[in-house]
Amino acid sequence: MIELSAIDLSCVRAGRQVFRSVCFTLRGGQVLAVTGPNGAGKSSLLRLIAGLLRPSAGSVTLTGGDPELSIGEQAHYVGHQDALKASLTVAENLSFWASILGGAGKVEEALSRVGLGSLAPLPALHLSAGQRRRLSLARLLAIQRPIWLLDEPASSLDAPGGAMLAEITQMHVGGGGLILMAVHGATDIQASAELRLQGPSPNPRGTSRGQTP
Amino acid sequence: MTPLAALLLRDTRLALRIGGGAFIGVLFFLMLVMLVPFAIGPDLALLARIGPAILWLGALLASLLGLDRLLATDHEDGSFDLILMARTPLELAVAAKALAHWVTIGLPLVIAAPLLGILLNLGPRAIGSVALTLLAGTPALTYIGLIGAALTVALRRGGLLIAVLVLPLNIPVLIFGVTASNAAMTGPVPFGILCALSLMSIVLGPFAAAIALRQGLD
Repeated sequence: MIELSAIDLSCVRAGRQVFRSVCFTLRGGQVLAVTGPNGAGKSSLLRLIAGLLRPSAGSVTLTGGDPELSIGEQAHYVGHQDALKASLTVAENLSFWASILGGAGKVEEALSRVGLGSLAPLPALHLSAGQRRRLSLARLLAIQRPIWLLDEPASSLDAPGGAMLAEITQMHVGGGGLILMAVHGATDIQASAELRLQGPSPNPRGTSRGQTP
Repeated sequence: MTPLAALLLRDTRLALRIGGGAFIGVLFFLMLVMLVPFAIGPDLALLARIGPAILWLGALLASLLGLDRLLATDHEDGSFDLILMARTPLELAVAAKALAHWVTIGLPLVIAAPLLGILLNLGPRAIGSVALTLLAGTPALTYIGLIGAALTVALRRGGLLIAVLVLPLNIPVLIFGVTASNAAMTGPVPFGILCALSLMSIVLGPFAAAIALRQGLD
């Protein structure tokens, strides 16, 4: 069983304290929803766990994972930027990321699971915002990694897309994976816990703590 | 496919497809070299004497094209986030990207140089030595450029800044490149130094670029 925990995590960006003293513990099979107003640091928290930002204080530890690899190397990150190249086809985009993230991957299977099976030979230039998001989500399925960091995963998805997302996240936690997702508003995904970031508060000693289950 | 092969293949594909800019460098090289006889006049002896220097200057300037896109596009669209989360060292990943850049920008310059040598009234021997020195020296231009590209990656319009940063660093390559093309008959020393500059840049460039990119994590 893997366990991801953050202890007294603080983040400073451009000289501004984004959040401080964030603590949570998340075990395999759980989904943590990170909520809070705009600018509260939801995206920063996910990027920090992925190793794409450095914390100003505190630490993130993973137990039960591969000790040889960093947390970022065992995690998937789906952010606002979709890392797609317009002149490559849908299948080329996905199989490139599958190779980079670790192996051949189940590219065709992942594409049909997210509903892009018939669009595989189309250049990504022609995809709509929702289809681009589906293609980003297909990375999660093409390569197995135990930690999913999802930044507003349901944005620009239609209702069937939202249901598909709920299903694949359900399947992932069912298989012992864990998910951290920044959400804004309602989603179809069942979260086991919520971590509410307060946002920049006038009280400099304001802290945010997650209700750890 | 291994991650590095995938990166190499993707960047080459992107460069060769519409809007990729693979042939811009060689077209610019062609235009630059073609302008020289118009500027200097039809003095064939003079052209033959300064020909190698013109070809090297043209290649140096043409190799700057596209450096601003070498890393910036991946930075803008979030690709670097995923490359950082791959299990491949960032140094190797940027080295693979620079290799793809050399294959699509630098290598065409080497191939075009003999044709342009004819325009400049170079003899067969001079043409051969210019092409050989360009083959040995253009990797240095690319891998030094890689450092400039990494330093300016977060800037929206970093193109000119890269040129200003990279051109002074390219001066030794230019000196030994031109000397080696002119001195093909006098001895192998300048050519050896040119090769050494290339090898050093290929080794040091990716490390410097990776440090610059990691510093920019924010």
